Amino acid sequence: MSNLTEADLHAYADGQLDDVRRVQVEARLAHDLTAAERVRAWREQNEALRALYNPVLNEPVPQRLLAARPLRGRWPHYALAAGIMGLSFGLGWMSHSYRTDRFVEAAALPRRAAVAYAVYAPEVRHPVEVGADQQDHLVKWLSKRLGNDLKVPVLTQQGFELVGGRLLPGGKGPGAQFMYQDARGQRITLYVSLRDAEPRDTAFRFSQEDKVAVFYWIDGKLGYALSGEMDRASLLAVATVVYRQLNP
Amino acid sequence: MESAEIVAHIPRLRRYARALAGDSHRADDLVQDTLERAMAKFHLWRRGSDLRAWLFTVMHNVFINQLKARRELALDEAVEDALQSAPLSDPLELRDLDAALRQLPAEQREVLLLVGLEQLSYAEVSKVLSIPVGTVMSRLSRGRERLRAVISGAATVTNLKAVK
Repeated sequence: MSNLTEADLHAYADGQLDDVRRVQVEARLAHDLTAAERVRAWREQNEALRALYNPVLNEPVPQRLLAARPLRGRWPHYALAAGIMGLSFGLGWMSHSYRTDRFVEAAALPRRAAVAYAVYAPEVRHPVEVGADQQDHLVKWLSKRLGNDLKVPVLTQQGFELVGGRLLPGGKGPGAQFMYQDARGQRITLYVSLRDAEPRDTAFRFSQEDKVAVFYWIDGKLGYALSGEMDRASLLAVATVVYRQLNP
Repeated sequence: MESAEIVAHIPRLRRYARALAGDSHRADDLVQDTLERAMAKFHLWRRGSDLRAWLFTVMHNVFINQLKARRELALDEAVEDALQSAPLSDPLELRDLDAALRQLPAEQREVLLLVGLEQLSYAEVSKVLSIPVGTVMSRLSRGRERLRAVISGAATVTNLKAVK
């Protein structure tokens, strides 16, 4: 048998050796009392650690941990999407150094959009104020109210048809919500409102608002938020198309 | 649903955090930060791989950032080794294990706990902490010897070794 290494001793103490090696180490330890004593002490440490901390497993989990939600507004962590978006749009990213007030303001947009989604998307009889059959009127009306020319993305290729839209309160003034629906009745909304303050950057970000996933960004004077009760990847695919159509 | 999968691991994350951070409030802060970050980064977890090991990785990163923020992380392990040879206060009994753990450098404490408490394999620890297996072994070895020394009150042994 080769020499008894320090790593062998640890692996033996931790039960991480295969059977052959374990038997070999055992045989050596019978003649090396110093090594045997160290191994015994390490095992005792392991047992003591478990005895000391295992009771934590049976403690009730604090409510604040059960209520933990994804960190918002830290897009650099969202590396995969960041990569895709970065390449696709060449956007400026929010950095870690962004100040909290900007976060608070930016976070208000997805929150409002998600609430509006949660209120109107389940609506059976009156999901919209003006239906897609009057799309021209809808767009003119909402554009006038928001003081900006609005465009309505076409998402037919993604399987979504326009249902219509409605006027809503925004952060500082009016907001607009366009609703889409796919063949299975799944709905997504594009929420548009005047941005609250003066962020220079256009950022494309994700927020999970309870069950509602929201991709949002600020473009010029307007903030956009695409909301849906679906997984991130599916919504991202649609959000990409929406962004491209609005920024040809 | 992703959060349900993560939530199932909270008790074990809390156990590890308690041992790592000591104080229970600080430990739960660590768990909370870990959960928030893990949920935000959930897409980075490879489905089918060990979620618990991935969560430990996230916790490790959060922990290191917290230490940096508090300037508790010794950037050079050599400095820690120098500290090791300093005589320790009173000898500790086994029941003072928690206090003894506080006397270990954070890097050694992490390895010691992932192996001894969480029973991860050395390869898993290497992945969780993004360090080579050789480094896992050396930190484990130093951590265990130091803990043994602290507990038996024989910390001065390192001094003798250094002289020899």
